[in-house]
Amino acid sequence: MKPLMEFLAQGGFAGYVWSAYGMTLALLVIETVSLRRQRRAILARLSRLLRLRGTEDHRGDQP
Amino acid sequence: MFKVFWSVLHRDLLLAMRRRTDVLTTLFFFVIVVSLFPLGVGTEHAVLRVLGPGVVWVAALLASMLALERLFAADYEDGTLEQLLLTGQPLVLLTLAKVTAHWLLTGLPLVLIAPLVGMQYHLSDSAVAVMMVSLFLGTPVLSLIGAIGAALTLGLRGGGILLALLILPLYIPVLVYGAGAVEVGAVAFGEARPYLTLLAAFLVAALALAPFASSAALRISIE
Amino acid sequence: MTLPWSRFAAPATFYPLAGRLIPIFWVLAAALILTAFYWGFFETPDQLGGSNAQKGYYRIIFIHVGSAWMSMWLYGMLVLWAAVGLVFKTRLSFMMANAIAPTGAIFTFLALWTGAIWGRPSWGTYWDWDPRLTSELILFFLYVGYIALHSAIDDSRRADRAASLLAIVGLVMVPVIFWSINCPDPNQCAALHQRSGLGKVDGNILFAMLTMTLGFWMYSFATTLMRLRGIILTREAETSWVQDLIRSEGRPA
Repeated sequence: MKPLMEFLAQGGFAGYVWSAYGMTLALLVIETVSLRRQRRAILARLSRLLRLRGTEDHRGDQP
Repeated sequence: MFKVFWSVLHRDLLLAMRRRTDVLTTLFFFVIVVSLFPLGVGTEHAVLRVLGPGVVWVAALLASMLALERLFAADYEDGTLEQLLLTGQPLVLLTLAKVTAHWLLTGLPLVLIAPLVGMQYHLSDSAVAVMMVSLFLGTPVLSLIGAIGAALTLGLRGGGILLALLILPLYIPVLVYGAGAVEVGAVAFGEARPYLTLLAAFLVAALALAPFASSAALRISIE
Repeated sequence: MTLPWSRFAAPATFYPLAGRLIPIFWVLAAALILTAFYWGFFETPDQLGGSNAQKGYYRIIFIHVGSAWMSMWLYGMLVLWAAVGLVFKTRLSFMMANAIAPTGAIFTFLALWTGAIWGRPSWGTYWDWDPRLTSELILFFLYVGYIALHSAIDDSRRADRAASLLAIVGLVMVPVIFWSINCPDPNQCAALHQRSGLGKVDGNILFAMLTMTLGFWMYSFATTLMRLRGIILTREAETSWVQDLIRSEGRPA
């Protein structure tokens, strides 16, 4: 456990080192997650749009 | 070709003379901002002398930026701008003429009012002289660069605040050397010469490049 | 134009290509960043020598330098694609510029954040108007201006072209702005707080720094392409190839 604690302490500068690395990690993860969510939203919206239009066309064909 | 330049310039000046309040608003905005600082930071002579150059230049930046919003807006709304574009005259000259008119109406008054500001901030005579020269060289650069932003944000909702975001970072070089000139000019006028030379160089470069960028921006916005 | 690359300028051909590339860039980014992390923390000295020794906090530079480099590089790429778009009138180039901007802004912010945190123990203050950090702040404003202008214009054609012109004007002004920040006195330039040359840096530290930068670069590719794919789908929603694609991809939840 001791080497881990030492590593986390960073020679007494833990606050500085980990807040810098933490912010970097947080922003990169947030960007990735939001991009993935955005993509899913776009796909869902487009396929819904397509389905709506498809049923309209269908109805148009019937009579 | 210069007839185009003169006729647009003449027209803009004439229009502005019919509505003098627009010109005066910018001038008074400048005076008010400059006068508010001593009330905020205290009226100690030493402090004011240090702050003076920077405050004057920041106020000039803001005043010139606020006035920019109206540079093309009125002509855009009533369709004049579109007509000007269709005349087939070089658009660069048209924008240059409009910017010149804009500077004569909003930049030049700031130069002339500078001694009053010098008095408020207890600046030395040589500093006031440098301030006038630096404003004379620097404010046209502000108008020229600002015209690009004004053309890009033409007709947008909340264009004014967006304009500030786009243009203020580009004003930094003028601010740095304009305020720097006044600061060293407090000792002797000659000390400020390198700064003034640089401002003059900026003016030449801006005159050569900025009208092309703003006319391209106008084309993009109107098409 | 019969150049091979012009085929990929069509969004319809670029979309699937980007889709194949994204996982590769993710793997590369993860591998490089993890390697850099390991190397930076376990293969480097605990403190940098010299009279003014840098203790553990110097390890912030691995991400600080990497993100600062990426922020500048991405702005250059943004302007390049913007210029290509304006000259050749290719839609994909504008979309590319548009996709780069948010990632660039994020790296600029990270460079500022890590720089401030590094400044606290080494200069005794979070913000000291160091020329390089100030320049980074201005770069951040330029990114924000680009994004704000683009999102303020509803017509996507005008938005693309206006924001591209702004980016180009910004790039022309950048050297002047940086120079004026560096040398507020034309007779002599301000001394940087810390002069540095890559040659003087310890090999292990340099390795970690460069690997981290490469990792960030691969990450930028991955996120930019992901964003680009989103933009393509949104803008080309009315075309038949997108509708075929949506149909064949089934029903995502």
